Amino acid sequence: MSAGILELRRLCKSYGAVQAVTDVSLTMAGGEFLTLLGPSGSGKTTTLTMIAGLAQPSSGGILLDGQPLDPLPPYRRDIGVVFQNYALFPHMTVARNVAFPLEMRHAPRAEIGRRVGRALEQVGLAAFGGRYPRQLSGGQQQRVALARAMVFEPRILLMDEPLGALDRKLREQMQVEIMRLHRELRVSIVYVTHDQEEALMMSDRIAVFNRGRIEQLGEPHALYDQPATAFVAGFLGESNFFRARLLETLGGECRLNGSDLHLRARAGADLPGSSGSAVVAVRPERMRLLAPGAAPSENTVQGTLTDVIYLGRSNKYIVRLATGQEVTAVEQAVAGRQTPSLGAAVQLAWQASDAIALADTPS
Amino acid sequence: MTGLRSDRVWAGLRAAICVLVAIYMIAPMIVVVVISFSAAAFLHFPPPGLSLQWYRRLFATPEWTSALLTSVEVTLPTGLLATVLGSAAAVGLARATFPGAALIGALLMAPMVVPVIIVAAAVYTLFQSWDLNGTLLGLILAHTLLTLPYVMANVRSAMETVDRQLENAALTLGATPWRSFWRITFRLILPGILSGLLFALVVSFDELVVSLFISTPEVRPVTVQMWSDVRGAVDPTISAIATVLFSVSLLLLLADSVFRRRRGSDAAGGLVP
Repeated sequence: MSAGILELRRLCKSYGAVQAVTDVSLTMAGGEFLTLLGPSGSGKTTTLTMIAGLAQPSSGGILLDGQPLDPLPPYRRDIGVVFQNYALFPHMTVARNVAFPLEMRHAPRAEIGRRVGRALEQVGLAAFGGRYPRQLSGGQQQRVALARAMVFEPRILLMDEPLGALDRKLREQMQVEIMRLHRELRVSIVYVTHDQEEALMMSDRIAVFNRGRIEQLGEPHALYDQPATAFVAGFLGESNFFRARLLETLGGECRLNGSDLHLRARAGADLPGSSGSAVVAVRPERMRLLAPGAAPSENTVQGTLTDVIYLGRSNKYIVRLATGQEVTAVEQAVAGRQTPSLGAAVQLAWQASDAIALADTPS
Repeated sequence: MTGLRSDRVWAGLRAAICVLVAIYMIAPMIVVVVISFSAAAFLHFPPPGLSLQWYRRLFATPEWTSALLTSVEVTLPTGLLATVLGSAAAVGLARATFPGAALIGALLMAPMVVPVIIVAAAVYTLFQSWDLNGTLLGLILAHTLLTLPYVMANVRSAMETVDRQLENAALTLGATPWRSFWRITFRLILPGILSGLLFALVVSFDELVVSLFISTPEVRPVTVQMWSDVRGAVDPTISAIATVLFSVSLLLLLADSVFRRRRGSDAAGGLVP
């Protein structure tokens, strides 16, 4: 299977007055697993639809292996698509469904049989060729859709929330399976999901979509550790946010002041200049729960413990600050350790390198 | 316990009502069918004896046989024409994005709701200037107009059950829009199209009012022949032809229910080859 190189150039799509996708540009490496992640209505599926050729961009271009796709109708693009609801043909058997793209390409009969057999084997459904889609479970239908989209060796594979309809256990199983197929077949995949855990787990790179734009594009750990915007910090994993005024920025680090707050944090990518308002994002697992301190010092907040949630391997603490804001901290559960009782005054502290200051944009 | 008993009472009552309504609806038909096998020379129920004489008379009388033939010559092309045009219109309108699509759809359904007598008068007047009254072609065109809505209603509801994503999937898999339609959409709405065809055949074969206006003694479908017959001397021949008509309609409706049954069991699952 070939590993197509996809390039989006300033892609825009508007429906009347509604701007669904704005200025989306990215370049995929061959064989890459790229995820478009975002809340519903953020433009990720619209982008996918344009790559497939089922919708026309209002402006901008799409290139595959250096060739513009825009003049090609969907049936000449050689792009495999796995649809959210599988879109299996209900009047055809599993084998006929998988054979369909090969028949459309006028492949010889013997070759069709061989390739259909191999594709069904790859998804573990070799024995199910004679069944009809409705006789299969959701997970099996998903596999058929996958086999059908791969069997003609598309230049690139698009998947639109393919696991959205499956229950949790099956979803995890299919995630592993899709990753295995990606590795074995070396196919380029563009994967759309709103599930950030799924994105973190499966992707080589993630493009975070918000309001029709890419907020950030990068490797999962980079997005998690170095969110470029407050939206990314909030959407990918959990973050505590503190509003503050920027005092100064020095060598990638900055100092900020909030109400009863003295903060020191890494300067985020979108931080405007060296003054103005900003938000500081801190991951719950980077916060330490301490006994109340004497004087307020840097990167600490005082509050009241309002909830302790036992998560097995860890404990989640909810602390209410004097401002009314609730802050979440997650700590490894240590056997025998006494946790503070509910209602106790506590202090949360973190390191400057675990905090990142970002522009205070409405999201 | 009382709940269970009242349930049973209700179930019994429901069954009784169904049987009574069925008898009410079928009884006149049964009387006609029985009389058609009568040995008597007049309409009398119950008949004094049984014979096939009225069927012999029916098929030996040129007026009846030519009328039956005319009916077949009108009904078959009508069914075909109405099915092709109605299906095309239904598919087009279901996927339509052009302005006025809803209006066109409503206009095409109009013959079903406009009083038949008005349609008949209008068609008669129009055909008068086109010289189509008293021709096979005129009957076929008029019947097509009347039966088109039945096909459209059937095919449109079939189209609504077809997921548009299936056509999109076919496109991404390499099918042109044309092939995508024939291989996917058409196959899925085929039961609706056949159902529409059967309805068109039944409606055309049984149509009287418009045919009455535009037919002549030379080109006269069987319903019009019956109409003029019952106004003259009445003998059991009329019940024989009624029985023939009844059987044709019954067969077509049975065929339709078989189609529906097949489709239903398909949807329900089971190990179908």
